[in-house]
Amino acid sequence: MRERGSFAGGVEAGVVASTPPRIGGLARSRYGRLTLAPAFVWWAFFLLAPIGLVLVSSFFRRGPFGGVVYELTGANYTRALDPLYLRVLWYSIRMALIATVICVLVGYPAASFIATRPSARARNALLVLVILPFWTNFLIRTYSWIVLLNREGVINRSLISLGVIDGPLDLLYNDLAIVLGLVYGYLPLMILPMYAALERLNPEVLEAAQDLGSRPFRALRTVTLPLVVPGIVAGCVFVFVPSLGNFPVPQLLGGGQRIMIGNLVNQQFLDARDWPFGSTLALMLMVVLLALLVAQSWVLRRSREIEIDG
Amino acid sequence: MAEGRRGAGGWLRVHMALLFGFLYLPLVVLVVLSFNDAQRSVVSWQGFSTRWYGEVLRDPTIVRAVTTTLVVAAAATAISVVFGTLLSLGLERHTRSSVLDSAVFFPILVPDIVTGIALLSFYSLIRFSLGTRSIVIAHSVFGIAFVAAIVRTRLRGFDRSIEEASLDLGVKEIPTFFRITLPVIFPGVLAAALVVFTLSVDEFVIAYFTAGQTVTFPIKVYSMIRFGVTPGINAVATMMLAFSMVLIVLALVVSRPRSGAAATPDLDGQEMMAA
Repeated sequence: MRERGSFAGGVEAGVVASTPPRIGGLARSRYGRLTLAPAFVWWAFFLLAPIGLVLVSSFFRRGPFGGVVYELTGANYTRALDPLYLRVLWYSIRMALIATVICVLVGYPAASFIATRPSARARNALLVLVILPFWTNFLIRTYSWIVLLNREGVINRSLISLGVIDGPLDLLYNDLAIVLGLVYGYLPLMILPMYAALERLNPEVLEAAQDLGSRPFRALRTVTLPLVVPGIVAGCVFVFVPSLGNFPVPQLLGGGQRIMIGNLVNQQFLDARDWPFGSTLALMLMVVLLALLVAQSWVLRRSREIEIDG
Repeated sequence: MAEGRRGAGGWLRVHMALLFGFLYLPLVVLVVLSFNDAQRSVVSWQGFSTRWYGEVLRDPTIVRAVTTTLVVAAAATAISVVFGTLLSLGLERHTRSSVLDSAVFFPILVPDIVTGIALLSFYSLIRFSLGTRSIVIAHSVFGIAFVAAIVRTRLRGFDRSIEEASLDLGVKEIPTFFRITLPVIFPGVLAAALVVFTLSVDEFVIAYFTAGQTVTFPIKVYSMIRFGVTPGINAVATMMLAFSMVLIVLALVVSRPRSGAAATPDLDGQEMMAA
């Protein structure tokens, strides 16, 4: 994502500016831009319009048997700001944050280990090993922790037969199990962008900084971090976004006892059939994510400034 | 990192070992238990058996769910590949709009639950019946974005002079696309198709909201898990694992020439001449 408009884009921009649409392929055709149309029309119809509809229905009332009654009201928003729902939102943010922080702490050393392997083959092999579990079904991966953690599960059985504990422990259906499920589900999404950033980091630059008398901490702050921060930030977004709106993990590993915002939206749409209120909750989720993206671009801008100053 | 290479190297190795244990142990346990000859209790080992595979494969609801999933994935992939490839061409060559560039990532960034409920609301408003078609459309929404992003990386290393040559020799644009451009970017298109196919096969949340009464395989798995842990799920999980692995390995093999091609566009040109 961050690479757009880099080398190729820059070169292209220069060329195109001086010589209008006289480059190869369909480009010669005046209709070249039409290649953009199918996808954007499709998205306008099946993504923008639906999201617009969510926005609109959040201002209306629910019908007696579900559906939407087109009668303006702000009731959904006053209801969503009830401490009951704000607590769920805050709980979701906290869980997603904890999962993200753990992913950073576990992922950074791993990414840096992989990035510093001298042979490209070793790097690629390790990377594939990190990604492979990610490409198996998310539900199956979540389910595998039920098998491990439940009262009759692998861990309890092993501990009992080893004589470590007398009775089974309640490892499942708590906050820890949910965080574990989120970390297990999204850890590769943290390692990949971190690796991409670290791999580009030239060790000679660091050595140069140290040779020139830069103390390790200063070298880290002025040389390493500005190069690596974009990767960490991207990883955090990739982990935080799907964690925040997640509902299968709290449902399966939290046993439905611990409710995150995704579970609420799910309930409103499929059980309570209060679509307008469900839409309002979904919009709250979107607002949090938007705030996050703004914060992300701020961090990226700051890290670039440090790079220039340093 | 520099410190890592001196003293902390050993700790990093331990960290990696623990990490891979964490990543793979749960999956290994599933695979092992899928061959357990147990009646109900899932954990204690009762001997080797493939009976749960037999039971799963004889279950008509599972077979139907698998068929539905494959049909949905194939159709969503087809739409995504056509629209996404066109989009990548357009983005790479016909605009320099950074807004459009970012817009491509919007469908991926929207949380799946929001996409799911938004489409559900929309379908119900326009009275579009829920089922296979509605899931196909829903999956193509993010599929197009993935195809566009993947194919674009392939287009970056593209030597346009061969297209120029073709056009100068009087070949029209569309035949030039099919005979010059497409063969060169084909590995990228194929890799993108495999990625989207896998994503669609695995996708749960959006399908859950847009499926109506239709049951895809992940939806089936979800309801199986919710109704309790049975050895059957382990067999299902193992088969899914195997299937995903095969697709991924295929995607890796197919997309391998990409980095080489980007570095040496001339080689691609020569291959083209030979073809």
